[in-house]
Amino acid sequence: MTPDDEDLIRRRQRDNARVTALILGGFVILVFAITIAKMAFAQ
Amino acid sequence: MTSLPVQETQRLPADWRDLFALTKPRVMSLVVFTGLCGLLAARAPIHPVIAFTAVLCIALGAGAAGALNQWYEADLDAKMRRTANRPLPGGRMDRQSALHFGVGLSVFSVILMGFAANWLAAAWLAVSILFYVLVYTVWLKPRTAQNIVIGGAAGAFPPLIGWAAATGDTPLLPWLLFAIIFLWTPPHFWALSLFVRTDYANAGVPMLPVVSGIEVTRRHILLYTLPMIAAALAPWALGLAGWIYGLVSILLNVIFLGLAIAVARNRATEPAGMKPEKKLFGFSILYLFALFAAIVADRLVLS
Repeated sequence: MTPDDEDLIRRRQRDNARVTALILGGFVILVFAITIAKMAFAQ
Repeated sequence: MTSLPVQETQRLPADWRDLFALTKPRVMSLVVFTGLCGLLAARAPIHPVIAFTAVLCIALGAGAAGALNQWYEADLDAKMRRTANRPLPGGRMDRQSALHFGVGLSVFSVILMGFAANWLAAAWLAVSILFYVLVYTVWLKPRTAQNIVIGGAAGAFPPLIGWAAATGDTPLLPWLLFAIIFLWTPPHFWALSLFVRTDYANAGVPMLPVVSGIEVTRRHILLYTLPMIAAALAPWALGLAGWIYGLVSILLNVIFLGLAIAVARNRATEPAGMKPEKKLFGFSILYLFALFAAIVADRLVLS
């Protein structure tokens, strides 16, 4: 594996980690919002 | 499926853009729109967050089905110019990642729909994913020229799911919306398959123009347009929609029928001479968007 390949792998891993973090963050907010919405609707 | 193996991929982690491309984002836009229209046309009191989540689940389910379709058809996609640059035939990710992504996203979308909206909508979402992957992709597409006719049901589920998410029920109108997309799919896809038929022939996919010829396909397009028009007018004729939908529907269907007749009368055999087919294909997309927008406008304005 060349240094360029290693760079590419690191870059992809970094990008993927960022996107995963964003998706997980969005999911947490969504679950929180669903919970509040369901509570509000039940009342 | 017996075909050439997809080219070996390097052992690089899949890029998130390739995972996104696996979900067929372009196809998803129509799915999301019709799902949203089903949800809005139901006119049920639904919290905006739940409505957003339901549409998100429909999009994720469609994306998951698209990913599983690309996983199964990777060898086939490699043979067609239109699809050769997709992530799997392009060698940018390995098949196992695509499979894991598709299955994971399917399960996630169904469970989230069940908890956020209701389990009837979740059940229909699961049925739509399974139908697209197992019935259409695995069973029908490689075996019969009628693949599009029955397979059209796979793309027809979103308005039904949207309606079920909003109300927990599926009365006649969402089933009519289902029927419209179901009957719209054959003329839409056959118009496309006429001018890309060499691609399908090279890949060995038994699409109607490959199996039965161009003239038969053109006749079938006109023939299948008639029940589609009947289904599109039915909500208005049965009193389930008002004059706004009726007017828009009549106008759109007259244009569609005119274009289908032009296709039936066309004698060109090369893609360069298939302007009527290209026009019909382009208009058919606008047709579905406009028809579903009209049903929502009608139900919200006249309610």
